[in-house]
Amino acid sequence: MRIHDGHIGGVLLALSLLVLWHIQGFPDMPGQAHGPALFPGLAAFGLAVSSVLLIIQHRRQARLAPPGGEPATAPGLDEASGAVAPANRLAVAVTIVGLFAYWLLVDRIGFLVAASALLVALMSAYRVRLALAVPVSLVAALLVHTAFFKLLKVPLPWGVLAPVAW
Amino acid sequence: MNAFITALGMVADPLVLGVMFASALFGLFVGAVPGLTATMATALLVPITFFLPPVAAIAAMVTATAMAIFAGDIPGALVRIPGTPASAAYTDESYAMTRKGQAETALGIGLVFSVIGGLFGTAVLIVAAPALAEAALSFSSFEYFWLVVLGLTCAVFITADRPLKGFIMLLLGLLLGSVGLENPAAHPRFTFGNADLTGGLSLVPAMIGLFAVSEILRFAADPVSIAEVNRQVGSVFRGMGGLMRRYPAQTLRGSVLGTVIGALPGAGADIAAWMSYAMSRKLSREPEKFGTGHPEGLVEAGAANNSALAGAWIPALVFGIPGDSITAIVIGVLYMKNMNPGPTIFMNNAASIYAVFIVFVLANLLMLPLGWLCIKAGARILKVPRNILMPIILLFCVVGAFAINNARFDVLLLILFGLLGWFMESRGFPVAPTILGMLLGTMLEEHFIRSMIKAEGNWLVFVERPIAGGLALFTAVVWAGSAWYAWQRRRARGPA
Repeated sequence: MRIHDGHIGGVLLALSLLVLWHIQGFPDMPGQAHGPALFPGLAAFGLAVSSVLLIIQHRRQARLAPPGGEPATAPGLDEASGAVAPANRLAVAVTIVGLFAYWLLVDRIGFLVAASALLVALMSAYRVRLALAVPVSLVAALLVHTAFFKLLKVPLPWGVLAPVAW
Repeated sequence: MNAFITALGMVADPLVLGVMFASALFGLFVGAVPGLTATMATALLVPITFFLPPVAAIAAMVTATAMAIFAGDIPGALVRIPGTPASAAYTDESYAMTRKGQAETALGIGLVFSVIGGLFGTAVLIVAAPALAEAALSFSSFEYFWLVVLGLTCAVFITADRPLKGFIMLLLGLLLGSVGLENPAAHPRFTFGNADLTGGLSLVPAMIGLFAVSEILRFAADPVSIAEVNRQVGSVFRGMGGLMRRYPAQTLRGSVLGTVIGALPGAGADIAAWMSYAMSRKLSREPEKFGTGHPEGLVEAGAANNSALAGAWIPALVFGIPGDSITAIVIGVLYMKNMNPGPTIFMNNAASIYAVFIVFVLANLLMLPLGWLCIKAGARILKVPRNILMPIILLFCVVGAFAINNARFDVLLLILFGLLGWFMESRGFPVAPTILGMLLGTMLEEHFIRSMIKAEGNWLVFVERPIAGGLALFTAVVWAGSAWYAWQRRRARGPA
């Protein structure tokens, strides 16, 4: 299924309604007419209205398009369809999964291991030869570690390498 | 005068000069490699600037962006892929010159007129910013309220070719910016009891995510291959004097338009280049030559995108309202360095401000020799394997986001904002309004609530003071003008 503006408008509309419902619970500021709910309330209201407009706009364009065809877009606004070509889907998936995996695991396995693994995975997904990707990744992870941990004193976690930390 | 001499001393510091040199090389590289943008260069510099003294930190960002915007012209001329979005407007033109065997002239124009435009923008910044600041000293919450509204309005209507999508991204930014305790009532909004959220969503991971991680995802989704270049670039500076004499009006027009567009909140170098290229063609005596490798548009737009960089600093320094997405990042750094932007910065921090001005001049002058070297190395830089480079940049983003607060939560923010930026931009939603919304949301709310309290229910007070009224009127004009323009376009397209 292709995600189009109608879907995005729907999600944003749901989000803004959720916000509008949630801010009902915000307290008033004592002695004042304008509490913490006012500002996000206005923003969410604006978002709700704009989302409805987006859905309407999408409907109108879809109706203009020939049946089964792409929705018409304004001339000169050649819109990237947004879909990722099948050949590159793996690269995108590895990038996203790799990032989340790094975030989940970095404290446990340590920066050096997590970073090297992330780099090798990404480079392989971007079609770098493994024989090149592995050494480059190790060196890059070490360099970043030295720069940030040693020179800039950022507490990057050691994880499993803690016993041999330097 | 004393402040000026102190400022000279600040810039002459070997650390500052060394940082400028290194960030110049960094900026040239980032600009020359397609897929890496000037905004991304700034975002990647933030974690480094965190560890630098204020003037060195600002010098790094000023130098890197000026170089990157120029260097974006190099792959445009050599392989018809703009190095940064700011060069996209005239990539076809400069590539056409290359095909006619005039690659050196195309690149020379990029370099020389970038320097001229950059220096022009800097001159305006030096003259206009302190004068504006003096006027701004008498501003109350009403004026600031309208300034922010006007800024956000410009961001939506000027940057986006589809204002509705820009407006949606802005509102999303305002909502994201309202997370946390930082509001007039100090009520923990949208925190759901999560301690990581009470301080609000940190801007730095959000910006690195929106502007850098999203680019890497875009590369993964669509790795445009770059053609091999085997051309030797000849004498870059030959003929530049002739062009300057031939197109003085164009140079001036490009520089002025660029500075103005840059100073308008939300619109930066890329819009400046598009608008001045279009204007150059419209006002040219030989418009039929445009697109065939004609230098006129290159002169004008090449000057415009570099002058926009300095122009964007005017509202950033005076009001804390960024002129483009680069200064949006810069403002975040200024706050980290205790150089809070606003009219008083010119009194409390005069020496530092003069130092910024000197850095601007120096960076633009440094561009001549370093830019020349970069053009000579252009073909080699384009051979850099981006499939190795991109993962390393991503790692740098991750570590940089973590380093600001040493918080793992910020890495999650980085990832989520990266996904948001990539996804929305691939569907035609611009991301710059989101970061402006997050950055200016707090300011907007504060001035809005303060004004509401002062108004005591009398809404007229919002427009009673002359400057506030003028700003309100200007905002209304931009809204009305955009609505009229949209209506005209719809009518031109015929009955739907």
